[in-house]
Amino acid sequence: MTTLTDPPKESFRLGMLIYDTRYRSMTIQIIALIGFLLLLGWLFNNTAQNLQELGKEPSFRFLGEPAGYDINQRLLDYNSQSTHMRAAFIGLLNTLVVAVLGCITATILGVTIGVLRLSNNWVVSKIMTIYVETFRNVPVLLWIVFAMAVMIETLPAPRAFKGEDPTATMKLYDTVAVTNRGVYIPEPLFSRSLGDVHFLGTSSFRFDVSMDLVLLMAVFFAGLYVSIRIKKNANHVQETTGNRPRTWHLRLAVIAVPLIIVLAALGFHLGYPELKGFNFRGGIHMRNSLIALWLALSLYTAAFIAENVRAGIMAVSHGQTEAAAALGLRPNRTMSLVVLPQALRVIIPPLISQYLNLTKNSSLAIAVGYMDITGTLMGITLNQTGRELEAVMLTMMIYLAISLSISMVMNWYNERVKLEER
Amino acid sequence: MSDVSFVRTDMLSEQEPPASSVGVIGWMRSNLFSSWGNSILSLASMAFLYLILSAILPWAISPTWGATSLAECREILHGLGREGHLSGACWGVIRDRWVQLFMGFYPSEFYWRPILTFILLFVALAPVLFADKVPAKLIWFSALYPFLMPWLLWGGSLWVPLAVLAGFVIGFLVHGVVSKKMSGLAGLIAGLVAAVVWWMFLAGIVSGALTSIIPLALESVESRKFGGLLLSLTIGVVAIGFSLPIGVVLALGRQSDLLIVRALCVGFIEFIRGVPLITLLFVASTLLNIFMPPGTNFDIIMRVIMMATLFSAAYMAEVIRGGLAALPTGQYEGADSLGLNYWQAQRLIIMPQALKISIPGIVSTFIGLFKDTTLVSVIGLLDPLGLSNAIRADAAWNGIVWELYGFIALMFWVFCFSMSRYSMYLERKLQTGHR
Amino acid sequence: MKKTVFFGALAVAGLAAGVAAAGTLDDVKARGKLNCGVTTGLVGFAAPDANGEWNGFDVSVCRAVAAAVLGDSAAVEFVPTTGKTRFTALASGEIDMLARNTTWTFSRDVDLKFTFVGVNYYDGQGFLVPKDLGVSSAKDLDGATICIQTGTTTELNLADYFRSNNISYEPVPIETNSEAQQQYLAGACDVFTTDASGLAATRATFENPGDHVLLPEIISKEPLGPLVRHGDNEWGDVVRWTLNALISAEEMGISSANIAELSAGTNNPEVNRILGTEGTLGEMLGLDAGWAKNAIAAGGNYGEIFAKNIGEDTPIGLARGLNAQWTNGGLIYSPPFR
Repeated sequence: MTTLTDPPKESFRLGMLIYDTRYRSMTIQIIALIGFLLLLGWLFNNTAQNLQELGKEPSFRFLGEPAGYDINQRLLDYNSQSTHMRAAFIGLLNTLVVAVLGCITATILGVTIGVLRLSNNWVVSKIMTIYVETFRNVPVLLWIVFAMAVMIETLPAPRAFKGEDPTATMKLYDTVAVTNRGVYIPEPLFSRSLGDVHFLGTSSFRFDVSMDLVLLMAVFFAGLYVSIRIKKNANHVQETTGNRPRTWHLRLAVIAVPLIIVLAALGFHLGYPELKGFNFRGGIHMRNSLIALWLALSLYTAAFIAENVRAGIMAVSHGQTEAAAALGLRPNRTMSLVVLPQALRVIIPPLISQYLNLTKNSSLAIAVGYMDITGTLMGITLNQTGRELEAVMLTMMIYLAISLSISMVMNWYNERVKLEER
Repeated sequence: MSDVSFVRTDMLSEQEPPASSVGVIGWMRSNLFSSWGNSILSLASMAFLYLILSAILPWAISPTWGATSLAECREILHGLGREGHLSGACWGVIRDRWVQLFMGFYPSEFYWRPILTFILLFVALAPVLFADKVPAKLIWFSALYPFLMPWLLWGGSLWVPLAVLAGFVIGFLVHGVVSKKMSGLAGLIAGLVAAVVWWMFLAGIVSGALTSIIPLALESVESRKFGGLLLSLTIGVVAIGFSLPIGVVLALGRQSDLLIVRALCVGFIEFIRGVPLITLLFVASTLLNIFMPPGTNFDIIMRVIMMATLFSAAYMAEVIRGGLAALPTGQYEGADSLGLNYWQAQRLIIMPQALKISIPGIVSTFIGLFKDTTLVSVIGLLDPLGLSNAIRADAAWNGIVWELYGFIALMFWVFCFSMSRYSMYLERKLQTGHR
Repeated sequence: MKKTVFFGALAVAGLAAGVAAAGTLDDVKARGKLNCGVTTGLVGFAAPDANGEWNGFDVSVCRAVAAAVLGDSAAVEFVPTTGKTRFTALASGEIDMLARNTTWTFSRDVDLKFTFVGVNYYDGQGFLVPKDLGVSSAKDLDGATICIQTGTTTELNLADYFRSNNISYEPVPIETNSEAQQQYLAGACDVFTTDASGLAATRATFENPGDHVLLPEIISKEPLGPLVRHGDNEWGDVVRWTLNALISAEEMGISSANIAELSAGTNNPEVNRILGTEGTLGEMLGLDAGWAKNAIAAGGNYGEIFAKNIGEDTPIGLARGLNAQWTNGGLIYSPPFR
């Protein structure tokens, strides 16, 4: 006969919070949370006390007051009577402009250099190695001020274009002016423009959308869509009959012809820069601060991207290339169908974190006077209003939002290309 | 029988390979002109090199080393018939200011202190960096170095770092005693409390008393006096040193199963990594004093070091997390099967291996931080780049541009390049060690 | 390794934490050093030389205050500040006073909570243009590219001036004076605008100063002076009266050359009061009797400081102009020492 005894009924003792592994993790977490909250509370308390001593009160009202200063590069309407908020918004757009431009050129440069570094041409691969080592090992801030100094010191001033015997002339059949104040390029103009549509009324975030641009984009994408349909159809025909119909002229036509018709209907023409008074007028003025920042950021980041690309290509095992050759694939098809898809998987994640770095480094615009968000909100606005706490915190939040959006894209991509492991 | 044979009886002597496939020509054929495209590429790059060198060299070769002002440089160049803006470099500024660019305003009679500090830094790092070439006992020196370094650089009484060191010893002893009597966690807490009590209330009194009895002190040098490369190096080294333990804790927190701890760590890491360093430096220069209790006043260099530490800690955490992830799961399972608890497993099995794999990553984090220290010029500190502006504000050197930038770039390049080479060497060494 | 580094961190943190007492004057005395905010570098006003010694017009004010309070003109810690960091450095107590050609404005005095103790240089915003541009008035600058130093009042003045005259311009914001000079000389901007003193100082260092002219328009009032935190009136008085002592010394004819002789006693009671041989002015300020004597002996009187750093015999070559003594038709005027 066996007697079953109940396991001794456990009563909860305080010591179990520490000794019992079931509760211990709880205890640690709660201690951590309390510690964190205490730290936060301490910081808030200090801040409140200090601000009170300084006679300041945290308030974002200054954002609604007139900024009082001018910004040279403004993508939207702005003058010195606009609000600080508007100035910050213009600055944010400038940050995004240089970040996007920088990412595009850095990628192109980086991929080219990374591939060339693997070239069997001795001079080329050595030059590329020197490039990578030079740019990687010198601070980006130095490159930025250096690029600015090169622009200013070596290019001609607009004055040099003047007079009977100018020492400088415009390039490309008088359409582009390269000066040390920046580069003036022709701008697209529409004589029968559809006008702009205004959004968000009179708020600080108001913006206009050019209907001409919207129409052109719509026509282009419609053409692209039709062109893709034609290609799919051709693929289908090839699969069923074995003959591939010749379609490239048709595909080109469905994109180009409607675009040309619309451009003609809108009265498209180019506005060229002209020297008038102190400066060139007309055309698009890419300021030297933008170009210096853009150039320095892309050259610097390209050195890192080149290393990523090289590592990515070298990570694809040689057996893959040989297997592709054994299957009878031509070298360029081997590259596009076998090596590149595998290399991309290795290249893209670090590439996106380089984009993130580039975007963050664009905050060094302050060194060359490019009016980005650090130059406006955390620069002149902070200085003129004396609202350090609010301005710096707001700037950090904006950068954080940009960075988090980029990392979200990265995570989404990583999720998508993850190898299906068995 | 006639002595005629139709077959050679002796071997042909070995011939020289054709001139086109060996020597300089052969090398050039295979490496530079192997195809049309390659030839064009080679010629184009050589032309490019020529263009760059022909622009820089005539400028750089300029006998102006002895000049004492820009005006004098211009006179010397004028005497040589070289006119114009970019006719020649003015190297006098480097001769005049190179010491300042390296040492900032550090009192010149104490230059031996920073120099000794950084020589000793190498000695202290040797057990980690060149583990197989130095005696293992040297690790004790590495352990003491963090207390020696601030004393050498900042000066003051030797008893202060010793009192701080004593805090750790006390904490460790209390931890040992209590954890034997009670549990490990209680020991840890008791040790921490004992150390904190020592630092907060007793260390100051004891070190003050000892100083008045045996004044072992170096002349103290304020952080203000730090400048130039010394400032960059100090910020870089101190911040990386501080960030390493914080990074380890953050990395472990990020990997842990505890939800709240993980959320806090992830939040911190992503926040710091999401904002540019320049905003953190603005926090250091404008806000940090507001966050501290009223009356506290850290000087700006301390504040910058604090923010740089937080900044690199987030990156360090990611590097160490990579090291942790690279360890095979078998190591964790092995530790579990030996019955080690979490901390024992971390201390004896996981961390030694994970940190070893992370060294190249740590070195590149350091290079990144070291380069980023130039940003402090934006908030008015006189690092090499900030000093270049101050030097140009001297009436004698007003108008100098390239010479200073070039020299600063070279200084950084030498440091970063050698460190990155070392990290590559280490990476190769570690790789073979692992297979 | 990792543990030990952490220890070091705590050691440094422990060393650095210091606690400030209530009054700045007591603080400075206890510390034995004056923390004085200056620019990161402006020719003639503040710049470090090869030995790390700071020199300049603003620097001399710091040295005079240090001499008055501590009796040693070398007991100054110069804190370089940028246009952005200068006010927070002062507000947070990192520096005791700011002598960084800072314009006295309403909002800085009232809203930012600072006290301007006086004016050591009356300035105004001007324009520097190359002669061959053929411009004779700022009104002709329609469409010009203008270099401005950011983080100063000049940005706002410029925007106001061009808006009220209804002409357009292209601003190029620049962080430091040396970069502005570089851009201007290379022709990247047509005009350089900042305080007229700064323009003259900058022009003086050009290879061919004669090729550049200052336009006649002065578009703003820029009274530059040292400032301290709001609310610490004792300290404010010390800095104010040190500056006034320098100014009065010039008026009374006290200079670094004759100060030893005069401090033996003269028959001018005000000179005696300044030099501490009569009355108890020093005691009222909480300083010793020889405070003003030390301040004047440190770098000479106002006129000497002016002449040595930015005067007509220096490369910068500024005329006294508005900054002459009131007795000579200028604005420099000190309240009486009585």
